[in-house]
Amino acid sequence: MLTISTGNNAVAAAVRRVKPAVVAAYPITPQTEIVEQIANYVADGSLDTRYIPVESEHSAMAACIGASITGSRTFTATSSHGLLYMNEMVNWAAGARLPIVMANVNRALGPGWNVWAEHTDSLQARDTGWLQIYVSTVQEAYDAVVMAFRIAEDRRVYLPVMVNLDGFTLSHITQQLYVSDIDGFIPPMELDHRISPDDPHGYGCMTGPQDYFRIRYDIERSMRESYAVIQETEKAFADRFSRSYGFTDEYRCEDADVLVITLGTLGKEAEVAVDMLRDEGIAAGSMRIRWFRPFPPLDTRDRELVVIDRDYSFGCGGILADAIRAQTKRDCFSVIAGIGGQEVTYRDIAGFVRDRRIGEEYWFGVDA
Amino acid sequence: MHEIRLHSRGGQGGVTAAKLIALASFRDGKYATAAPFYGAERRGAPVVSFIRIDENPIRIYSQIHNPTHVIVLDITIMDVADVLVGLAPGGIVVLNSPKPIALDGYKTYSVDLTGIALRTGLVVAGSPILNTPVIGALAKIGLFSVDSAKAAISEMFVDIKNQEAALAAYEEMVV
Repeated sequence: MLTISTGNNAVAAAVRRVKPAVVAAYPITPQTEIVEQIANYVADGSLDTRYIPVESEHSAMAACIGASITGSRTFTATSSHGLLYMNEMVNWAAGARLPIVMANVNRALGPGWNVWAEHTDSLQARDTGWLQIYVSTVQEAYDAVVMAFRIAEDRRVYLPVMVNLDGFTLSHITQQLYVSDIDGFIPPMELDHRISPDDPHGYGCMTGPQDYFRIRYDIERSMRESYAVIQETEKAFADRFSRSYGFTDEYRCEDADVLVITLGTLGKEAEVAVDMLRDEGIAAGSMRIRWFRPFPPLDTRDRELVVIDRDYSFGCGGILADAIRAQTKRDCFSVIAGIGGQEVTYRDIAGFVRDRRIGEEYWFGVDA
Repeated sequence: MHEIRLHSRGGQGGVTAAKLIALASFRDGKYATAAPFYGAERRGAPVVSFIRIDENPIRIYSQIHNPTHVIVLDITIMDVADVLVGLAPGGIVVLNSPKPIALDGYKTYSVDLTGIALRTGLVVAGSPILNTPVIGALAKIGLFSVDSAKAAISEMFVDIKNQEAALAAYEEMVV
């Protein structure tokens, strides 16, 4: 069915199709519409799930962990301060190898109090062991949530997946959405290490140095396996639903001399900038990073790189720029823009490319 | 591409109007994006929404600075804000006003949406709701077809008063 939807409602619509056994969530701007809509589905009987309206985000993730470890499919959604508040449990979910799916609506961190888009919230969860994807359209938000469950629950992965969408810029905008029958796309969840009263196991026990590092190494082995699982899942999705995705979303990159590298909705805005620059004779391309964990292999060749970070790691630099430098072993023009919902237009992005200074960092709206 | 900036006050239905415009355009077979600009939301405060309509998928997420159309659901906003900022000469302005207002250099259309809402009983918590009447007015200037306007309204509202108010606005607006 073809309709229109906000980004938030697209996430809820996907959850309705995926039919998790348990949803535990706490509302926070700009995520609220997701949990409200799921609650509506449960109330009107169109989604048969146990909905737990918990008293905090820490409890939301704790409830998801408790449900998931019994082998139940679970979902939650949060944003910004909510994600930070649940951070202890976010780490636990990955360590316990639980295929929980969470939508995070990217929002800046206070103070100053700010509810608008920024990626610093989810990028603080970069090292937790969660897979992370950043989406750029209402349809992609829907599709990513559907695929996230299949990827997380694959026994080669057994890790949680965080689907990130830009606060307001995507969560609250209305675009077309194709909603289809997904029956059979996600196999029934089978968690090999589930607990049950009939088969008791202990979890979270004291683990000495001789074993702990094996558990952590197993997480990394599964992260590396997840590349193949993501590719297989996106291929199966494309075969069935005719919408294909990849680790990156590349636009006019093939013959480009300079690449604009972004996360989230800025990547679509960058495509318009690329068209403008091409008309001026500048061979630009847009490379939007979709999967940040596992971090994808990038085909940047010898092209100049302009990296836009809607986030920052104080004392180091843009977090995406840092990842790009580490992966490509090459320097870039690092632009810090869009923080706290700061408006960045395609004209601004075209300006970043025209005025690029490889090796330097530029704070949009602050630096001269 | 049509780039529409819609001015309203919190509680008048401006955000829903933006979604209806997107839906009606979408039912016309076009791509559309509706993006309300969220500040500190409160009843009565000026609110701006942006709507883009095009034959191709829309990749721009930033605000509209050079609209092709400006819609003002509450003309008292014109006392406190320049609703015409960025509108090119000859651009289209649709005003909710009981009396015709002429704005030099623009194609200006006036229609009494508030009167229509009150007359048809489209009132929620004491506020006349303007989102469905304005859809009728916009169909009149050809932003989308009448059939798509009807389809959009019936997809989002069950109360027949919404269709009646849109039809009244379609008939009353002079073009």
